[in-house]
Formats: sequence, C-alpha cells, structure tokens
Amino acid sequence: MAALAFDEATLDRHGVTREEYERIVSLMGREPNLTELGLFSVMWSEHCSYKSSRVHLKTLPTEGKRVVQGPGENAGAVDIGDGLAAVFKIESHNHPSFIEPYQGAATGVGGIIRDIFTMGARPIALLNSLRFGAIESPQTRRIVDGVVRGIGGYGNSIGIPTIGGEVMFDERYAGNPLVNVFCLGIARQDEIVKGAATGVGNAIYYVGAKTGRDGIHGATMASAEFDEKSAEKRPAVQVGDPFMEKLLLEACLEVMQTDACVGVQDMGAAGLTCSTCETGARGGVGVEIDVAKVPQRESGMTPYEIMLSESQERMLLIVKRGREKEVEAIFEKWDLHAVHIGEVTADDKLRVKHNGVVVAEVPNLGLTDEAPVYRRPYADLPGRIAGNALKAADLKPLPSATDALMTLLGSANIASKRWIYRQYDHMVRGNTFALTGLTAGVVRVKGTPRALAMSADGNGRYCELDPRQGAKLAVAEAARNVACAGGQPIGATNCLNFGNPQRPEIMWQLAEAVAGIGEACRALDTPITGGNVSLYNETEGRAILPTPVIGVVGVIENADRVTTRVFPSAGLDVVLLGDGLGELGGSEYLKTVHGLIKGEAPKLDLAREKALHEWLYTSIAAGLLKSAHDCSDGGLAVTLAECCFDSGGIGVDVTVPAAASDGGVDLTAATLFGESASRAVVSVAPGDTAAVLAAATTLGVPAKKIGVTGGSAIAIAIDGKGGVIEVSVADAEARWSTGLSKWFGPKDQG
Amino acid sequence: MRFAVIVFPGSNCDHEAQYTTETVLGQDVSMVWHKETSIGPADAVILPGGFSHGDYLRTGAIARFSPVMGAVKAFAEKGGPVLGICNGFQILQESGLLPGAMLRNSDLRFHCEFVHVRVEQNDTPFTRLCTPGQVLKVPISHGEGNFFAAPDVIADLEKNRRIVFRYVTASGDVTDAANPNGSLASIAGVCSAQRNVVGLMPHPERACDPRLGSEEGLILFRSVIDQFASTDAMQAV
Repeated sequence: MAALAFDEATLDRHGVTREEYERIVSLMGREPNLTELGLFSVMWSEHCSYKSSRVHLKTLPTEGKRVVQGPGENAGAVDIGDGLAAVFKIESHNHPSFIEPYQGAATGVGGIIRDIFTMGARPIALLNSLRFGAIESPQTRRIVDGVVRGIGGYGNSIGIPTIGGEVMFDERYAGNPLVNVFCLGIARQDEIVKGAATGVGNAIYYVGAKTGRDGIHGATMASAEFDEKSAEKRPAVQVGDPFMEKLLLEACLEVMQTDACVGVQDMGAAGLTCSTCETGARGGVGVEIDVAKVPQRESGMTPYEIMLSESQERMLLIVKRGREKEVEAIFEKWDLHAVHIGEVTADDKLRVKHNGVVVAEVPNLGLTDEAPVYRRPYADLPGRIAGNALKAADLKPLPSATDALMTLLGSANIASKRWIYRQYDHMVRGNTFALTGLTAGVVRVKGTPRALAMSADGNGRYCELDPRQGAKLAVAEAARNVACAGGQPIGATNCLNFGNPQRPEIMWQLAEAVAGIGEACRALDTPITGGNVSLYNETEGRAILPTPVIGVVGVIENADRVTTRVFPSAGLDVVLLGDGLGELGGSEYLKTVHGLIKGEAPKLDLAREKALHEWLYTSIAAGLLKSAHDCSDGGLAVTLAECCFDSGGIGVDVTVPAAASDGGVDLTAATLFGESASRAVVSVAPGDTAAVLAAATTLGVPAKKIGVTGGSAIAIAIDGKGGVIEVSVADAEARWSTGLSKWFGPKDQG
Repeated sequence: MRFAVIVFPGSNCDHEAQYTTETVLGQDVSMVWHKETSIGPADAVILPGGFSHGDYLRTGAIARFSPVMGAVKAFAEKGGPVLGICNGFQILQESGLLPGAMLRNSDLRFHCEFVHVRVEQNDTPFTRLCTPGQVLKVPISHGEGNFFAAPDVIADLEKNRRIVFRYVTASGDVTDAANPNGSLASIAGVCSAQRNVVGLMPHPERACDPRLGSEEGLILFRSVIDQFASTDAMQAV
C-alpha cells in the first residue's frame, strides 16, 4: 500500500499496531488525521475496548430474574424489591495508583461513583479491594499510606461511606499495586438513566470541571507495562476534586428528577471521546460537538488534547430540545455551568469541530463496537503444575500450633484492618451497620425493612496455582461473606487484574479465570452485571499474581437480623459447617509461616457451597444464629480466633474433627490452617442447636457441634489428638490488633 | 416543632440530620439552601457535617460568608437554639458564634470511630435531658477536630462552664488515650456565652439506631424538642 501518513514511532506512541492502523483506514475509507488517530488510539486501547478479554467475557452469565441492567451500560443493576434497584460496579485504578498513590486511588473512587450516579442512582456505599507488595518494604508502606489517604480523601469528602473491603500483601504486587473500587447506589427501577444519545436535534451539554491537559492518554498508559521510566508518566494521572463531584452528583440527580434529559454519560477513561462516541453508538445516532465551546483550564489546547484529556469530574448530558433553560438553571443553583457544546445528528458519526471547522469525523461504531477483538493464543506454562507440587521437604520444621496461629494473626494479611478503615468515613449517610465484625459491608435501605450486604474478594495465590479454581473460590468467598451477614446473594460484578495478555500463559490465566467465574456465578445464581478488566499489570516482565476480584451483592430481608462474626456471649454452642479436607495448597499458612505459594488450590463443590449460603441466610432470618463467620484465609484456627475478637474477651473451647488429609505435610497444620472451602463457624443458643443441625442436614450441609463459647482462652483440640492450641484471647487479640498498624507511626497503634 | 437544616455545597450529613429529626423523631424539617437569606419559620437550626465548599481552605472558612449565615446569626442572637455538628461546628467557629479553632488531628490522620463523650453541662437546649457526667457513645468522623484556643480562652470556657462535652473513656474518665484528636482540655463541644449555640465534633445524628452502633445521640435532639414543648406550654399558659 502507499506510504502512510504516520511513521512507526507515531503509531507506537499511540499504542496502535500497523494492522490496527490498516483497519482504521479501511473503516474510514481514508487515512485518519492526527486527531482522529488519537480518538482511535484511546478507544481501541485495551482499557476501553477490552480487545483481548472480550471474547472470554461474552461467556459470562449476565441474565437472571433479578437482573434489571446487565453489562453494557455504565453500571449493572439488580432488583432489591419495592421497585428499587441496587446499581453497582467495580473498577480498577491500578496503574495510576502506582505512579501517584493518593491521586490514583482518589480518582479511582471518583470514577466509580460517577458510573453509579450517571445511572440515576444515589450512591450509598463504597468497597475497595487492595493489593500491595510486602509490608516490610518502605516503598510499599508509602504506597499503602497514599492509597488509603486517597480513598479516604475522596470518599469522606463527597460523603459516601466506605463500608468494607479487603487488603492483601504479597511481593508480587510490589511494582503493580491493585486498587479496585466498588460503588453501589439505589435507584427506582423505572427511573434508571441510560447512557444513550437519542432524538436528532437534542442538545449535547458539558458540565463540571474544566478540561486541562491532565490524563491525556491515561487509557493508553493503563494498557502498557511499567518500566523504569514509569515515573515520567505522572502527568497522565489526573487530580481529583471531590467537592466538584459532590456538586455534580447532587445537580445531576436533581436534573434526572425532571424528564428533560434523555441520556447521561460520565467522562472517565478517554474523556470526551468515549462519552460522545459511546452515547452516539448506543443511541444509533451521530454526535456533533465544537471543542472550542468546551470550558478549558489551559490556553492553547488543541482539539486532540481536548478530546483525549482525562480531567476528572466532567459529565456529558443529552438534553431535550426546548428544555435547555430548565437544565441550565439547576446547574446554576449548584454553581455549575452547563455548556451547550453540540447536537445529536441524524448520521452515525462523531463529528468534532473547532470553531466551526471540522477537525475529525469518525463513525461512532468504528470507535466502539468495531474495535478489534483479539483471540489471543493462550497456553499453560509447560511443567507449571509439577513445579507447584507441595513436598514435605519444602517446609521448615513446624513451629508449635499456637506459635503458628500467633504468627498468622500478626501477619498483615490476617491482622485487623482497623488502621485502614478508621481513616475512611464508613458511617456517613447514616445507613451503615456497626462495622466491627461484619463479614460484609451492610447498609440499610431507608424506607424498607431491608438491608444490603456486599463483599469484594479475590485470592491471587489460589489463582496462581489454578486460575479457574481460584476464580471460582473468589466468587464463593464473596457470596459466603454476604450470606454470613444474613444476605441472599443476588448479583455480582468482577474486576479482572492480570499481566500482559500478549503472553500466552497470562492469556491462559485470564481465560481460565473467566471460565471459573462463569461456572461459579451460574451455580450460585449471582449473574455478572458488569465489571472491568485491567491488563498489563507487569513491571519489568514480571506479572502480578492473577487476581480476579469479585464483588457480590445480597439482600437481607429483615435488617434487624444482620449478624456479625463476633461471639456475643459465653455459654453458646459453637457449630462448624462443612468438612475440612486438610488443603494447605495456596494457604496463608504456607505463605506466612513457610514463605511458599505451592500445592493445589482448595476444591470446591458449588452445589454444597450454595446449600451452605442458603442455610446461613435462612437460619439468620429465622433468628437462630448468634454469630456467623466464614472460614477462609488462615483456616479454621484463625476463624475461631476472629470470632473471639471484639467480643470483650469471650473465649472458645472446641474439639474439631481431624482433617481428611495431612495436606502432604502434617495433620495438625492441615486441620488447623488448611483452607477448605464451603465452611463456616456459627454460634447458637444451646436450645436451638438441634434445630440448626437438622436444618443443615436437610440442605445437605455437613454440620457438627464442636464446642462452646466462654472462658478467656482460645482452646482448640483435635479429635483423637488432644489439645493443640491454648492462648488467651487478650494476647491473641493484641497481636491481631497491631499486626498492620505496627508498620506505621507510633501514633497509629491500636 | 420545626428544624431548619442548613445545606451548604459540600454538606454531606444533611440527610442524616433530616432523617433523625423528621423520620426518627417526627418533627417538621426545612432544608435551607445556603444562598437563602432567611431560614424561614424555624424553632431550631442545625448546621450539619460535611466538607462545605470542599474545605480545601480552612474548614468552614468559605461557608461563613454564605448569605444564610446572616439569618443564622440573627436567630442565635434572639436566643434561638443552634446546633453545629462537625463541619457545622467549624462553620460556627469561623463565624464567631463559637470560640476556638480546629487544628488537624494530632496524628495527622482522619478518624472515623465511636468515641465516648461526657456531658459536662446540662443547661443548654441540647443537653437539658442529660444528667451531668452522663457518658454518650457517639461517632466522630473528621480530620480536623483538634480543638485549639489561647490559654485565656480555655480558662474563660472553664470558668463560665461553656465546655459542654469532653472526650472520655467508657467509664467517664478524661485520659490522653480517650482523646482521639489532641483537643485541648479534651474538648469535644462547647456552647456560646448565652448557651443557646452548641457545637460539637462528634455526630449525634449518626447515633440514633442501635443497629448502627448506638442510639445515644438522640438525647440531644430530644432535649431541644423538650425545651420547645415546655416553652410552648409556658407561652400557652
């Protein structure tokens, strides 16, 4: 073909391959100009186009009787009764959070909140799922501090409570911390607003912060690996303004109460480009704007820069012709200036003008639905499984079981996260159930008897050993956490964090994980209503642990029944649900005590898992459970210890069944610290125990009374082996309480 | 009775203040936008928490210039009960209706957690149903709640019994460990010289449902409702 308008270096800088360029030329029927190339560059980036993951994502279950809105809009929605919908999504802000932790995390929160109120929903809760390098590293602690301050700085100010989350530390995240943020809002089902432009002649409005040069090519940055020059990319990270977003939130919700507005889209990744072409594509119309009318923070900005800027806190509204003044007046009340920048047109193009001169004209669908889709080759690394086999010779001599428990309780992964969550306003809006000891975040739904429970979970170690199994376990754990609080899981969202998809073994991890999520979500009746993919989480050729994070939302029909993990009193029966198979593979014990990620990920029987959830939320609804805690990281011993924490020192005395296997290591360790799935520990008034056990039998859930609450010690014996752990609750709780905070300033203790 | 809840841009506890007074306690509530110059027919005023104008400058420093603050001052001067919660307290300080200023918390971190405060004075409209020394479990949620004032101001507050709430242990003792933010004299809340304007950093409006952790904040609102009922009864006589 003839000489191209752009050299290789220009295409490289735009992250556009030669083949992709040829596709652009064929879609347009001509070569693009530089502005047009910029539009394709951001819209066809991995971040916006999902070009590597799309073929796999299509296999996920997205439908169900409670699904009000599946993937494809700004967020998903499920039916929570009374004509209301829970609107929710999880999203990553990994790359910016490594480059500039505070602003990266803050703008991640800002972005996901916009996705929710764009749908016409009032945001009422935030969760986050965080991964950092080893806590021993000062660099990690600097990133932790910045990310936590950033999440708090944004969420606290805008007034949406951060009600829960999870944090894990592993050196594999040192160069690529993960910041996944989840937001949930409430909307009337019949008032959900879509991100579609309709009605030729309707006005396109721009509202919010002015456009600056920040974040240009942010989406492209998020679609590349890191190297030693990453710090130079700092200008591609945006700066958040939660006050501006608070005004936008209130004003937009007020505008949506009128019917003057036919569509709304926030400007997140790829900014004005994405919001214009996506609303046009969804509505099957054209969109014409004049970028000279866009409010600008800096002088001399080119159309290219204006279209690609990722300045935060901006919204695009499509307003009915003739209703413009009404909408403008509402924004004026909030001291926001809504600017009329264009119109909906009858063709199918995104037409960008600059002072009336056309500077770009591209088919909307070319930027969106017709973006390339790659079936990238994928394959497991040969010999990987054999290399992961756990051998007794890998292990150091075992410390005493009590010492091992204390080590686990004091490790940053298991220790109390109070140091983090007390920096988040987790109560604002007055809906949050007392946080201490809840296995999931719980907020009441005002005006109804219900509450919503939500949890975000993932386990990179399991996924490293077996991505399909690890992803299934993540779905199971998130749903189990919701069920332990009393919620019936009804919907899910996913955030897929992986390395470079151009490497077959990474692509294999992604494909396997998506298959696992699909299988588990189908079995547990929690359809995926949306989500996000973050690839290229690699630094200098080393990828993160593959980390799909699943957010699950559940409904608690009677908010008075919300249950925590904490033993409320002495003299209760302690009941163990599920069987311990002695699975030490991928366990926190192997990692923390022996420094290993080896073995097989735990098995999972999805039918039994679902039966356990049903037993949990129905028993809680019936008022039969005094506490409920899922058994996960750290195994049964850690679970039992955690049930004693925050109780005011109430102990537990149990004899647990020996695990079915010694985990290839040692029966005591396998019994106490193995992480078999589908298990929970509950406390029950003695008079209710028979009924509780009978209900479990009916549902096919193994259940056994293992002891009682009381005393001031955590005393654990193994059936047939005798006592193996004996430690005072006070000592164990002190270790657990300071395991994370001790790494920060002296004022941060306790 | 009718509460006026003042809404500044960036207020984010206005919904809780409304919910508590209207839904939980069954009173009338007007939400008054900060650009209004009148608070309308109100029997008590609440300045809610939040981050007015983003609080990028000193907390409350911009909100005090809002048009509505003239009406709030006039209401206070006539003896009307005014409650400033968290950011509302900071705005009252900036407006000169209450003394002192807030520094950043002594550990330079935001704190959101339940604390205990001791009611030091029960001759304000918002504490009249409390017994002196009563301990309330209420949450705080702030980054700048470290009460500071010159020594003579603190001495004056002590002398004139204007320290209404102090941070204490669950059993009611003033200790450094129970002081979450470094406030001088463990001050969590104060009142005006006329005692009708009360400001506090903790959030009583978030402590109105035992499921959410506490309902011990309700007594502040019940107190002012009780005062209104008794004045009303007196006027009726």
